[in-house]
Amino acid sequence: MQAAYPLTFAALLFCVGVYGVLSRRHAVLVLMSVELMLAAVTVNLVTFGAMVGDALYTGQVFALFVMAVGAAEVGIGLAIVLLIYRNRASVNIDDADLMKY
Amino acid sequence: MTLPDVIMLAITVLGGSAALLVVTSRNVVHSALFLVVALLSVAGAFLALGAEFLAWAQVLVYVGAVVILILFGLMLTRAPIGPMAQHNELGKALPIAVSGGFFAVLITLIFGSFGDTTLELVPVSPGMLGEVLYIPWALPFMALGFLLTVALIGAVVLARREEGEGPLPEPDPELADVSREPVPTDASTNPGVSAPSEEPAPVTGEVTR
Repeated sequence: MQAAYPLTFAALLFCVGVYGVLSRRHAVLVLMSVELMLAAVTVNLVTFGAMVGDALYTGQVFALFVMAVGAAEVGIGLAIVLLIYRNRASVNIDDADLMKY
Repeated sequence: MTLPDVIMLAITVLGGSAALLVVTSRNVVHSALFLVVALLSVAGAFLALGAEFLAWAQVLVYVGAVVILILFGLMLTRAPIGPMAQHNELGKALPIAVSGGFFAVLITLIFGSFGDTTLELVPVSPGMLGEVLYIPWALPFMALGFLLTVALIGAVVLARREEGEGPLPEPDPELADVSREPVPTDASTNPGVSAPSEEPAPVTGEVTR
């Protein structure tokens, strides 16, 4: 397999995730975009792991770690979104400006 | 162009379009469902790259757990599930410019550096990955389990409703007419709650005439 194809897939997913984080205002949608970016990172890790081909499968193990950290992140993130919703009755990310300025 | 290349290109088209629909769909629930397709195509990419265990872990963890968690989050926040105003104060042009420019830079770098690199794909079975995961990577793996435990306890502590915290959410305007109706106070409409009777208790031992 050409190494450029999975890398292109990862770059596409990552840039779509960047667009979602920057443009959408729904907090849960921002979390979904972060998940897309994490998935892109795991694809990159597996690709470069296959390219290097070390005996410890470092790329795949790190991809597994990224997946676990992503699961923890979405749990904490949704708890925070629930808390913001409970206190401000809104999931709009522009409304969560208590620590701004 | 060999068969893995064709499979990888198909996965790229499928997953890329699903990801685009995730961030552009007007309905948030539709976004969550397109996220399933995007994450499944990532699992397909893992399979095509020979990472079998990671592919099934991706299906279990992301498609099985994370998307369900996100759908529960949408349900619990009673978010505006229908079409909503899409863009935040950054507008639409700046994010497109940033992500499109970044994509162009990445594509240039990828095809400049790895344009003629070919991957020697060796399928890694779950057993082979488990042997390295539980012997050389054992300590990081345990630290990961500790991190997950701490994160889940933290999520429970954060999301628990404390006493007298925060204002109640504003009523949905569509439901406002319903909520303005007088609430029946009759005890019989409130099962499980018994109000003391207001009738005078019958006096025993006295003959009524």
